[in-house]
Order: sequence, then C-alpha cells, then structure tokens
Amino acid sequence: MKLDCALRVSHPGFTLEIEETLYLTGISAVMGASGSGKSTLLRALAGLETPQRAHVTLNDWPLHDSVAGLCLPPHRRGIGYVFQDARLFGHRRVLGNLNFARQRARPANGGAPALDAVIAALDLSSLLERRTQGLSGGERQRVAIARALLANPRLLLLDEPLSALDLGRKTELLPYIRALPGRFGIPLIYVSHAVEEVAQLADEVLILDAGRVTARGEVHEVLERPEAEAVSGHFEAGVLLDARVRRQVPEFDLTELDLAGQHLTLPRVEAPPGTPLRLRVRARDVALALARVEGVSIRNQLQARVLRIDAEPEGAYAEVLLDLPGAEPGRAHLRARITREAAANLELAVGQPVWALVKSVSFDRRDLGSPERNQG
Amino acid sequence: MTDLDLGPVWLTLRLAAVTVILLLVVGTPLAWWLAHTRTRVKPLIEAVTALPLVLPPTVLGFYLLVLFAPGAPLGAAWLGLTGETLTFSFSGLVLASMLYSLPFVVQPLQGAFEAVGRSPLEAAAVLGARPLDAFFTVASPLALRGYLTATVLGFAHTLGEFGVVLMVGGNIPGRTRVVSIAIYEQVETLNYAQAHVLAGGLLVFSFAVLVLVYALNRRYPVHTA
Amino acid sequence: MKNFAFAVALSLITLALPVRAADATAAVAANFAAAMDRLVPAFEQTSGHRLTLVLGSSGKLAAQIQQGAPFDVFLSADVERPAALQGAGFAVPDTRFTYALGRLVLWSPDPQAFSDGATYLAAGEFRHLAIANPALAPYGAAAQQTLQALGLWSALQPKVARAENIGQTYAMVAGGAAESGFVALAQLAADAPGSRWPVPLALHAAIRQDALLLVHGRDNPAARAFLDYLGSPPARAVISALGYDLP
Repeated sequence: MKLDCALRVSHPGFTLEIEETLYLTGISAVMGASGSGKSTLLRALAGLETPQRAHVTLNDWPLHDSVAGLCLPPHRRGIGYVFQDARLFGHRRVLGNLNFARQRARPANGGAPALDAVIAALDLSSLLERRTQGLSGGERQRVAIARALLANPRLLLLDEPLSALDLGRKTELLPYIRALPGRFGIPLIYVSHAVEEVAQLADEVLILDAGRVTARGEVHEVLERPEAEAVSGHFEAGVLLDARVRRQVPEFDLTELDLAGQHLTLPRVEAPPGTPLRLRVRARDVALALARVEGVSIRNQLQARVLRIDAEPEGAYAEVLLDLPGAEPGRAHLRARITREAAANLELAVGQPVWALVKSVSFDRRDLGSPERNQG
Repeated sequence: MTDLDLGPVWLTLRLAAVTVILLLVVGTPLAWWLAHTRTRVKPLIEAVTALPLVLPPTVLGFYLLVLFAPGAPLGAAWLGLTGETLTFSFSGLVLASMLYSLPFVVQPLQGAFEAVGRSPLEAAAVLGARPLDAFFTVASPLALRGYLTATVLGFAHTLGEFGVVLMVGGNIPGRTRVVSIAIYEQVETLNYAQAHVLAGGLLVFSFAVLVLVYALNRRYPVHTA
Repeated sequence: MKNFAFAVALSLITLALPVRAADATAAVAANFAAAMDRLVPAFEQTSGHRLTLVLGSSGKLAAQIQQGAPFDVFLSADVERPAALQGAGFAVPDTRFTYALGRLVLWSPDPQAFSDGATYLAAGEFRHLAIANPALAPYGAAAQQTLQALGLWSALQPKVARAENIGQTYAMVAGGAAESGFVALAQLAADAPGSRWPVPLALHAAIRQDALLLVHGRDNPAARAFLDYLGSPPARAVISALGYDLP
C-alpha cells in the first residue's frame, strides 16, 4: 500500500511539514518526543484535522488535495483510528460497540475481518456483555482495536494506544498488536514516544522532531542512530539484534540463544527452540576486552570487530561500533560505551578483533520482544 | 358563580405539550450549533436565546402583541398563510410560549452536547458514521439527560406561563384561557375555592411529573463516553 | 420600653392633628385614568395635598383592598364592588357616592369599519371583538349585557377576546389585534378618528361609578379633601366634558 503524504499543518507554536511516500506493509512507526507533531500527522491523515496545505493519496486514490479543493471527511476515508483514550461508546456494551463498526464497515472487497476472528484475536469473548465503564485500561484498548478493525479499514492508525497503560498491560497488549497485519492483512501506522514499543512492533520507523522528519528507515538501523538517541533519551543508544532460542538450561533457569553463530545466555525465556527473538543491547552495558576473559562473572562474551570509534564531543566517553563475524554485514552490530582513556589504553583501532562482554543481567526483560507471535 | 371548569386544564396541558415538542425539534439544531460553533457571533446568539430568561414576561408579551397584530408584517404573513390571526389564537400562544420557554429547552441541550464533546463524534466518524448518523446514534444517546431536563423544564415553564398569555391571549375559553389566567380570574373575583382546586391540581400534577422524571433519571444513569 | 411607648404616643398625637398638607393614595378604575389626569393636578394645586394613583380593574383593586392594600380612596367603575367593601367593613360609613355614569362605546380605529354598531355586530364579519373581562370589569359586564340584549352573546363567543381591564381593551383595539371593541367613551378623544357607536343606554344596566373613603384613609385629610373635590362643580364639569354622564 502506497501512501503519498505531503502536508503542512500550522499550529500556534509549531508547524508540521511533511513530504514522504510510505510503502506500508506491516507496522510502520512514527516516533518523536511530545509535541513533535506525531498525533497531528495521524489526525491529518485520518481527516480529523485540516492541514493548511495537503496532498495525500492512498494507492493513488486522493484523500486530500488542497489545490483541487478536495478533502474527504473522515467517515469516507476508509482509514481506521485507535485513540489514546480508547473512546468507547458508553451508551452501548462491548458487543454493541463492535456492532456499531460492523454496521458501518467499508464494503468488503473480500477479506473484511469477521466478527469471530476479531473477537478471538483480541480475546474479547468474556467481555462482550460488559458495560464499557467497567473495563480496565487494557481491556478498553483491546475493544477499541477490535472495533476499529471491524470497520474494515484499508489502513489502521494507532495514536499512542498504550501510553495510558501500566507496564503489565503494555506487555500484555503488544503481542495482540504485533499480530494484526499478519492476521487481518491491514497495515498499521503506530505512533509512540516509547522506544520499547517501537522496537518490538515496527518494521519501519519515521522519527519526527519539531514537525519535521529527521530520520527514516528500517527499525534496526534507525534506532541505532544518534537521532534516535535524542528521541529516546540519553543512555538509551543501543542496538537491536535478532537471535534464536537454542535450548533451555533448567538447572540455572537460563535460556541459551544463538546469535549469528555465537551463543548468549539470558534469564529463562519461555519459548521453544527455534523461536526468533529480538534483543536490545544498550551501549553502556557492553565492555570490551582484547582477549576472552576467564574468571569473570560476565558470561556473555562475543567475538567482534571494531568498525568505528566515535569520541563524544564533551566528556570522557567514546562509542565504539562493532560488528559480529558470522552475521551478514550490517545486520548485527554492537555498540560499546567506554572511556576515551580505555580506548587509548587498549590501543583500539578500526578492524581490530576484540571481545565484547555483555552483562547477562543487563538483558532487561522488557526489551525482549518477538518479531512474530507464537501461534498455538 | 361559574361551575368548576376543567377546560383550562386540558388546554394548558395541550399548550405545554405542543410547545415543548416543537421546541425540541427547533431547539436541538440550535443547541447543537451553539455547542460546536466557534464563530464570533456566538455570544450574540446566546444572548438572544437567553433573553426570555431575564425579560419580564409582560415585556415579552407586549412586544409579541405588537409583532402579532394583523397589521404588522409577521401577523399579516401568518394571516395570509393560515387565514388565522396570531393574536387570540392557540397557534399564537404556541409561538409565544416557544419564545418564552426557548432558553429552558436550548440551554440544557447545549450543555449536554458540550459535555458530550467532540471525542465520541471523532470516534464515530473514523468508524464510518456520517455526521447525521453520528448525531442520532452517538451524540443523542449520550446527551439523554439533557433531553430529559429540557423537556421537563420546557413543559413546566410553559404550564406556569402568565404574563405573556395575558397580553396576547385574549382569555378565550377553549382556545387561550389557560389555567394561570383562570386562577387569576378566580382569585380576583374572590372564588377562592375554585382557585384552590385549579392551582392545587396544577401543583400536584407538576410535582408528579417531576418525581417521575427524576426517578427515571436515577434508573437510567448518565452514560459517560 | 417606656421610651418606645412615649414615641408611639407622640406620633399618634401628631398624626391626629389636622396637618397643612398630606399624601393620599387613590385606587382608581382604569377607565377613569384620563379624567384623573385632569382632576389630580387641579386638586393638588388648590388644596396643596398630594395624591398618588393606582390604576386597575375594579375587581382587582377591590380584591387587593380586601387583602389589606394600603389605599385611602377607591374610585370604582361600578356600584357592586364599593357596596361589597362597605358591607365587609373596609369603608368608612356614609362616604359612598356616585361620581360618574359611564358610557359604553363600540369603537374601531378604522373609520370605514361601521356606522351602525348593532348591524356590524350582527353581521359578524370580523375576526375578533375586544371587551374587558366581565368578571372583573364593569364595562366588560356592560358589554356582555349589550351583546346579550342584542341576542349575539353565544354566537360571538369564539370571537370575543377578554382583556384584563378596560385599558388593555383599548390597547387591543388600538393596536389592531381586534378590529373593534367595547371601550369607555371617556377613553376616546373627542376628535379621535375611527368608527364609534355609543351603546344605547337601554341595552345595559347603568354603569354607575361609585367612590368611597376606605378605612385606611379614615384620618387622612388629603383623602377626604379629594372626595369632596370629586363631587364639586368644577370636577363635575371636567368629568362631563370627558364623556361621562353625571348623576
């Protein structure tokens, strides 16, 4: 699905100016700090806000063309929207909310989501007769997502749907969202300011800053960039790695993973062997050594090669970009944050083989995500 | 002495019912517009709508008498259209009552629509609901309390109307002789017994209606979005 | 307490003494308003007293007096109400007298409306006819009697609009809400345009307008003085000139 989007929205305080063509297949994320224009962009796409200037087409079908004086109202765009505050209809029960969407669904050119499929996908069968006022935050958002799906949109926009939820609920909901494009064939645009959510869900990400796109590309790659650091706050610069579960080590409650031919262990992950996992490793959790170290508590030691050393402009630190042999070039990087003094002392140079020590403890459980949800 | 005549009672009930129904029909779009518009003339329109709240009924009645007279443009137009005058007619009373009770219907409705806000409407729109559809299936049910209040207030206020009717009604039995005028006359002619019956009956009836409405309100609580 | 009692006694004594100039309040039937406009200034000038007017329908005023309204003098448009007040003890005895005889007139501001009122009424080619409420106003009662005498009362019921008092009756006709109506002759300026039909006295009971001194004004010199003035030749001349008959 091709989304051509050229917009200019002026608010008191900032102006959103975008000119992008997006190829939407799975989940595309829009990230940015509060006030960067993410919600404005989404609302403009849905037709809930009127840009000063706009040219938006979806698969070359015009949604908004200010030159031609065409602006489709929201109810005619076929674009679904999940709000941050769910916005369920209080005068209807859960099933009533779902039926509201079904009764107004876009005519299905094959493949409209079936009610049973949606209820199953979002685990709503026990909630159908409940009043919306009595639902928990996570339940409300599940209903909101289900309702949006049942309207049979061509594209589904989600505006920070998890930001009002606590950690437990977020973790609970992420797999549901992750599964949507595969299960229902509808691409998602997901807006968030939380790196953890984007890291686990998205295939592609746009970074917005003060109303402008500052970075765009595959999730792996963009989250490693300095621009992502600005959005996710300091000390969060890191990398994403794709590994696979190799085996469980029950005596120590550990799981062994295979990463580009090397092994990693981390605290027990409930997943069968072969399950792909996406890991996030912060630069500050990686130390470097010239040789494999014995007699140390850090169990995860990976062979790596120095690609680049970037001294930070102020202060004592430098960031070393490494790559892992055995992985496709550019597909598995590591970053290590060490002092400049250490770099000098170890005489680190580009191309030099080193050992990267990754503290087991620093595999933060919430950084664990899976590219595909387990079926069954 | 006149026998107890219940005619004014039925006439008054009919007047209040017709007035409130018409006001709901006319007042809903007005209240909706006021709740959502951001135009600069909004304070002006709101002030005009609220005028009957602050004007003494006799002032309103006086100007209506001037406007309704067959010689005046409005009165003449009505006469041409319907063959009936606005003065001394039931239709004229309905029109006068609609103006007299306008804020009592429009303001609760406006408040209820404002409380509903834009959020549910946006949610409905992105689910494919057209604006009119969203109004009937989402905004109105959420604003039900407002409708109830508007209906009760509009009805009760019209029941008690006196000053305006005195000016433009003409006290014609069966047509414009409403309960308040009849009670007034009975008090003036010292027929206190009959005044008691009519006034007391009106009081009991109004009270019963209010109790019923508040009881219903409790059984069907407000739905928050 | 003793001081208070002394103060009260002093004020009572003071009030009882005949004073040079006093204020009085007169409740006056609405139809007599125009006459009062002439009589009151003349009275005030010659006597030095001051008179405040309260206008209304005879019925309303009488009811208010019965409920304790602080009027000193009552000029009614009929005989019944003053008699009732006297019987109920609200009036000072032997002060009631007829100050005017009212004349009823069928009037329309339109000069082409009619020449003979009786024929006009019988033809019934009008939408509305204004009268004062017969239950409340003597001129209204007289209008009803006139229509009954003409045999038209039931037939004209749907078209008869009742005003609260004779003043409002006039307003209804003058404003065009009713094409014509029964008003007091005294309300019409002598040269006012329009059609008028003075109602023959045979068709209704005489509209005797009685005045009396109310209990509230018993010791009010201005009140007594005004009633005296009302019966005096200069006042009678004014009253007659304004369209009333004299007893």
